[in-house]
Amino acid sequence: MLLSLEPRAQPSRLMMLLSPVLAGLLTLISGSMLFGLLGRDPLQVLHTLLIAPLSDLYGIGELLVKTLPILLCALGLALAYRARIWNIGAEGQLLIGALAGSALAVNIIDMESRWALVMVVTTGVLGGALWAGLAAWLRTHFHANEILTTIMLNYIALNLLLYCVHGPLKDPEGYNFPESALFGEASRLPTLSDDMRVTIGVYFALFVLVAIWVLAQKSFLGFQIKVLGLDRRAAGFVGFREKRLVWIVLLISGALAGLAGVCEVTGPIGQLVPQVSPGYGYAAITVAFLGRLHPFGILLASLLMALLYLGGETAQMSLNLPMAVTGLFQGMILFFLLACDVLIVYRLRGKKRPRSIMARSTGAVLHQAPAD
Amino acid sequence: MSIDTQPTSCPPPRVQLSGITKRYPGTLANDRIELTLEPGEIRALLGENGAGKSTLMKIIYGVTAPDEGEIRWNGRPVVIRDPAQARRLGIGMVFQHFSLFETLTVAENIALALGPEAHPRRLVSRIREVSQRYGMPLEPDRLVHSLSIGERQRVEIVRCLMQDIQLLILDEPTSVLTPQEAEDLFVTLRQLAADGCSILFISHKLGEVRALCSTATVLRAGCVAGHCIPAQCSDLELARLMVGDAEGLEGSYPKAHGGAVFLNVSQLSWRNPDPFGTSLVDLSLEVRAGEIMGIAGVAGNGQDELLALLAGEIRLPPQESARICIASEPVAHLSPEARRRCGQAFVPAERLGHGAVPDMSLADNALLTGFQQGLLQHGLIKHDKVMAFANDIIRRFSVKTPDAQAIASSLSGGNLQKFILGREILQQPKLLIAAHPTWGVDVGAAAAIHRALIGLREAGAAILVISEDLDELFQICDRIAALSNGRLTTPVEVAHTHPIEVGRWMAGQFDISHSAA
Amino acid sequence: MDIDLLTNVFYAMVRTGTPLLLVALGEMVCEKSGVLNLGQEGMMLFGAVIGFMVAFSTGHLWLGVLLAMLAGILLSLLFALVAVHLNANQVACGLALTIFGVGLSSFVGASWVGKPLEGFSPIAIPLLSQIPGIGKMLFAQDALVYLSFVLFALVAWIVLRSRIGLIIQAVGENPNAASAMGLSVLRVRTLAVMFGGAMAGLAGGYLSLAYTPMWAENMTAGRGWIALALVVFASWRVFRVLLGAYLFGLASILHLVAQGIGVTLPANLMAMLPYVATIVVLVLLSRDTIRTRLYAPVSLGQPWKAGH
Repeated sequence: MLLSLEPRAQPSRLMMLLSPVLAGLLTLISGSMLFGLLGRDPLQVLHTLLIAPLSDLYGIGELLVKTLPILLCALGLALAYRARIWNIGAEGQLLIGALAGSALAVNIIDMESRWALVMVVTTGVLGGALWAGLAAWLRTHFHANEILTTIMLNYIALNLLLYCVHGPLKDPEGYNFPESALFGEASRLPTLSDDMRVTIGVYFALFVLVAIWVLAQKSFLGFQIKVLGLDRRAAGFVGFREKRLVWIVLLISGALAGLAGVCEVTGPIGQLVPQVSPGYGYAAITVAFLGRLHPFGILLASLLMALLYLGGETAQMSLNLPMAVTGLFQGMILFFLLACDVLIVYRLRGKKRPRSIMARSTGAVLHQAPAD
Repeated sequence: MSIDTQPTSCPPPRVQLSGITKRYPGTLANDRIELTLEPGEIRALLGENGAGKSTLMKIIYGVTAPDEGEIRWNGRPVVIRDPAQARRLGIGMVFQHFSLFETLTVAENIALALGPEAHPRRLVSRIREVSQRYGMPLEPDRLVHSLSIGERQRVEIVRCLMQDIQLLILDEPTSVLTPQEAEDLFVTLRQLAADGCSILFISHKLGEVRALCSTATVLRAGCVAGHCIPAQCSDLELARLMVGDAEGLEGSYPKAHGGAVFLNVSQLSWRNPDPFGTSLVDLSLEVRAGEIMGIAGVAGNGQDELLALLAGEIRLPPQESARICIASEPVAHLSPEARRRCGQAFVPAERLGHGAVPDMSLADNALLTGFQQGLLQHGLIKHDKVMAFANDIIRRFSVKTPDAQAIASSLSGGNLQKFILGREILQQPKLLIAAHPTWGVDVGAAAAIHRALIGLREAGAAILVISEDLDELFQICDRIAALSNGRLTTPVEVAHTHPIEVGRWMAGQFDISHSAA
Repeated sequence: MDIDLLTNVFYAMVRTGTPLLLVALGEMVCEKSGVLNLGQEGMMLFGAVIGFMVAFSTGHLWLGVLLAMLAGILLSLLFALVAVHLNANQVACGLALTIFGVGLSSFVGASWVGKPLEGFSPIAIPLLSQIPGIGKMLFAQDALVYLSFVLFALVAWIVLRSRIGLIIQAVGENPNAASAMGLSVLRVRTLAVMFGGAMAGLAGGYLSLAYTPMWAENMTAGRGWIALALVVFASWRVFRVLLGAYLFGLASILHLVAQGIGVTLPANLMAMLPYVATIVVLVLLSRDTIRTRLYAPVSLGQPWKAGH
């Protein structure tokens, strides 16, 4: 290597914003190379993935449909990640939100009051919060590592959902398909207009976006969460209560994932099916990092991610590419992002000597708790 | 100079550095350093923090490469690429923060350093033999984490002695020892020097240097400020060499008697669940308003535990809440936040990662403990107030920083410490607890910190200082006690004791029955 | 429960525990050097799909195994570059590796789903395999299970007896001291990460070439994550990794036992068992934080840069 890394005196704010853009570009370049290797026309594939889906109003509506769950999950995850609480469980929390909402909805199909919707959505939100609360309890009471517990809870949630659609919640008149009955009209989220599938869920999302922004950027609670994430010992020395903060961030992120889940079943889907989520909860992890854990960054990143999902579907239909291209791009962009982030704390320098000596990085050695 | 022309009766210098220069971004750590060490010579390397001592010894030990300059080893020019090569040449180094592996045994630690041929089990007898010869008995099969600090240092030294050693570098070796243990170490070092080994002794304690070293080299701001014979120089002359302009640095402050008891710790015992930690036993202590109380002790004797209990990071159950009282109010069960409301402020031992969040701006770090000073409204942060508070600290305590948006880790140790202390003092505490307030801080900042503490005392606050630096404690404290293995001696007036007596207390030589107040 | 059922349960326990054992051994070595690689799931999946594709198209099972390991190493190098050399957050990098591995394996293997393959078949060792109870478990397995026994012995020797083990432990405990001693922290960590990648790739290959000889998306079903929990369970000690892997194997085949004694539960509920078991084990072991701290490599998860 002819380049060496040299620590900066101050982290670069410019690179902080530029790094995701750089990562996006690198992903496009390596994606093109990959498609080229597979004998496809890279430009055609990229066009199908990223531009074709947005050619009409319907496409933009579909983009919003997919943005909604990703955005909600990612906003919650970002809050947890600010506190260095690695909640990987948005997927499970989303599924439980959908499951809990559905369990209520199929029992009140005949209810005509608008309260039906309120009750169903609230149940979903509580379901998601409960599922994340489980991880919070395991962590604060038993010190069980939340990465592992949340991922295990994802698998448990998925199996619970599968059990329910094959068993207790299966539509008795559904020809033995693993699906619940269609929800009553009163417990469906109204769409924004008749020819689109986008629901008023986007208003929820906008409200949550602003609320999380205030919480994370403006409030003292948000400050405490940030301190906890950057420096647990400092937080303890000042008296910020770690357990309380862990509960707060996990309950909020679980509730938001639950909201995402229940908005799916009461919105575009209209019933409980095994494939409630094509991995939105996992995509939200990438989105949270790509958006720099900042609410507005996350909005942009979730639009991009939704576009990838939409483009993946288009590419599957028109180019016969596997849907997995979405997951591939997710992983690539996250990797590139983490690599580019090095430039926030270091700058590239042409090498003068054969041997590089690097001074201490600024605060790189945080004393983290081991994976306990 | 060529060794061929040297007469055989006069061996070439053990090591000769010429024109050693090392740059780091923004600083010149070593600037054309010249240093010569003869066989069997014990030379002190003096200088305050940041003078370039660490960089220079890392260069000799092959940890870092110099940008310019030449090293001659026994007369021959050498390039020392890594520590392994340094060890092959016969250079050994004892680090200030030990480079031992706690989960391994003594023999395994030594085997790792000696290279692929060494096998732990085959080293056992030689370790016993070498350690006995130099009066440092060691048990090769013990795990390092079960050893005391002094024993660990022995492992470090024995590890160097296992090879054919010709130059031993020791970085502040006595900072972790009691005065008596330090004396034992000097006996070993003199014996080594008599056997022909050269010793480079890095320190800032002038008394020790005078007792042990025949010659001294003083570094200042990366340059050699001068060479001298320590026995012939006064403290002031040495300090001038180290600091350049010693004006107003050595303050001596009048002692105070204090008023009413403000902090009262009575018969505090705490069992540490961590097997490697220290438990506190029956500890009693009073700090009066308007006095500075000092607690001396070697690290690891319960300081961290006592600090955590005083800060509220460790809380006692409510039935024991009266073990710690602030102004007669029981607080031992209260959170740090609640104790702050009682007028307590706190400066922890570690600046980065405890007293300040390294990756946050100074403004955010001001908010960290200053949030009770009207910086919040309805749970939201008033950013203009926070900025004003941070700028006030920076101005009144002369913190050198571009602005309040600079991140904490970009400040030098002294400046950051001034900022942290200023943050606490500006909250007008009635009680300030400060741990190692000038550790690793340059002389100028240390003097400023001492003046600030005295100023706070004059304003009537009760102050508790916990420090490993006896000189500092004697300089600023009105009363002093020592912490040894979780027990505290009875505090006495500084005017009525002497560092040697406190040194004995630090080593645990005191009568427990007298210690309970 | 009769002896035949017991024999079969033991046999299935080892078969099911083998992929967990392989991944956990690799991750344990990696963590001992101070690197937390959460990307096991991704590396396993990539190993599984590459191993399957190679074996299917060439007809050579062992070539598949070899390339599965290389596939794991390839992904682990990506992780090593970003997390070890560029000092990025190890948790985030591990997640990225898993997300990337899941996506990449599904993408690459999209047209290979459901194709039939004649995988490794059991080789019964005469006489020994007839021992009641444990004979079938130890001596009637396929070649990859035998390989896992050998690899276990090798790792145990390295960790407990060899100088390499000392070096790995030293680097994981105190990288600054190790570096001051002249050990190359980055090289040791990179090699440990690569070893973890090879073992994860092998475990993936075992799944797609021996355990269930076929390729399906996400066929590892969280085994990479369970292995991570296993390392915590084992307190980074090699014999407890073995014990834990087989215990988890047992938990995964409890439905066999249940059927054997005439109890039937819905398949989806039975499928939850290993995950629930993992949480229970984590809870039981993590309660005592001091104990975890005593055994966990001190520098685990912390980036390290030379010249500190």
